[in-house]
Amino acid sequence: MNVKILGSGCSSCAKLEKVVREAIDDLGIVVDVEKVQDVAGIISYGVMSTPALVIDEQVKLVGKVPNRVRMVEILKQALPQ
Amino acid sequence: MLQAFADYMSYHLFGLSPASHLGAAVNFFIYDTIKIFLMLALIIFLVSLLRSFFPAERTKKILSHKREFVGNILAALLGIVTPFCSCSAVPVFIGFVESGVPLGVTFSFLISSPMVNEVALVLLWGMFGWKIAAIYISTGVSVAIVGGIVIGRLKLEHLVEDYVYNLKMGETEIAALNWKDRMNYAWGYVIDILKKVWLYVIIGIAIGGLMHGYAPADFLVKYAGRDNLFAVPLAVLIGVPLYSNAAGIIPIVNVLMEKGMAMGTVLAFMMAVTALSLPEMIILRKVLKPKLIAIFVGIMSVTIIFVGYLFNFMMG
Repeated sequence: MNVKILGSGCSSCAKLEKVVREAIDDLGIVVDVEKVQDVAGIISYGVMSTPALVIDEQVKLVGKVPNRVRMVEILKQALPQ
Repeated sequence: MLQAFADYMSYHLFGLSPASHLGAAVNFFIYDTIKIFLMLALIIFLVSLLRSFFPAERTKKILSHKREFVGNILAALLGIVTPFCSCSAVPVFIGFVESGVPLGVTFSFLISSPMVNEVALVLLWGMFGWKIAAIYISTGVSVAIVGGIVIGRLKLEHLVEDYVYNLKMGETEIAALNWKDRMNYAWGYVIDILKKVWLYVIIGIAIGGLMHGYAPADFLVKYAGRDNLFAVPLAVLIGVPLYSNAAGIIPIVNVLMEKGMAMGTVLAFMMAVTALSLPEMIILRKVLKPKLIAIFVGIMSVTIIFVGYLFNFMMG
């Protein structure tokens, strides 16, 4: 699984990254976490409000930071069966 | 009920006399602090809930290829309900331009979005009443419409950084939210914003309380009253660097007005604080050439100063 965090260094972007890493720890899975900080990269996903969360090239969240429990749910749903 | 609580705290618990300056100041401080925080929590929650229905991606679709005027009005109104943080100003700007939103219409959005913000709104409502809050919204929207139309007419497309036109915007389907998600996010925003502004609000109210208790009622008439023509431009000039303190500024402004600052001057000051922010200009520099930023700031300053004079004139 590949997770991308879209956002050019705002405080919520850092918060999203933290929540993602915590949720990954909770699930005990191995995931690539990548940060996309350049505008060209961000808008190539059709995203305008940052931070955004992309899992396996699919936009899951835009302009929001979920709490840890919700993040775990989102990751679980995206796990290959 | 709130007043009774504030009276109890200051006159019984602290044993202050209602007639003393200190008593009046403390009473004012307790009452205002509780009132403002309750209002902030409630209004931010409701506004965030409403905003969850208008993500920037949807607003962009509504505005794409809209004509001047109709487009500017729509953009200014959508600016109120579309969630916007200056950290997203660059992707929003590029997204709008990419999908064929005219430059002037994009500016109407960029002006209205930060200016009509929920914190300013709550504080204005709480301290001056709903009429003033309504006046602030409607003049804010008008300034955004006019500013956008003027920028559109000036045909400044060449002053946008060239790379913007070469970027390719992706298409994406963003999953719809359910009510539980919306409530959760709205609550999250309440906590976020309160965390960010609580200290400023308290400091603002404390300074307000002190002036309320100590400064004579006509203290400012001479300096910031209607008859001083320099008051409005000066208020705008002071307002520009105060962006991050918008929340703390209003309780002070409340007292300034009580002590004789004219309404139009107060409005101009508020608008300068919220709409002309230095950090946002620095962020927008990534997509706009310096000349366009200068023109933008110039148009905004003139419009805001005009609004200030207009209100001082009408209310005199």
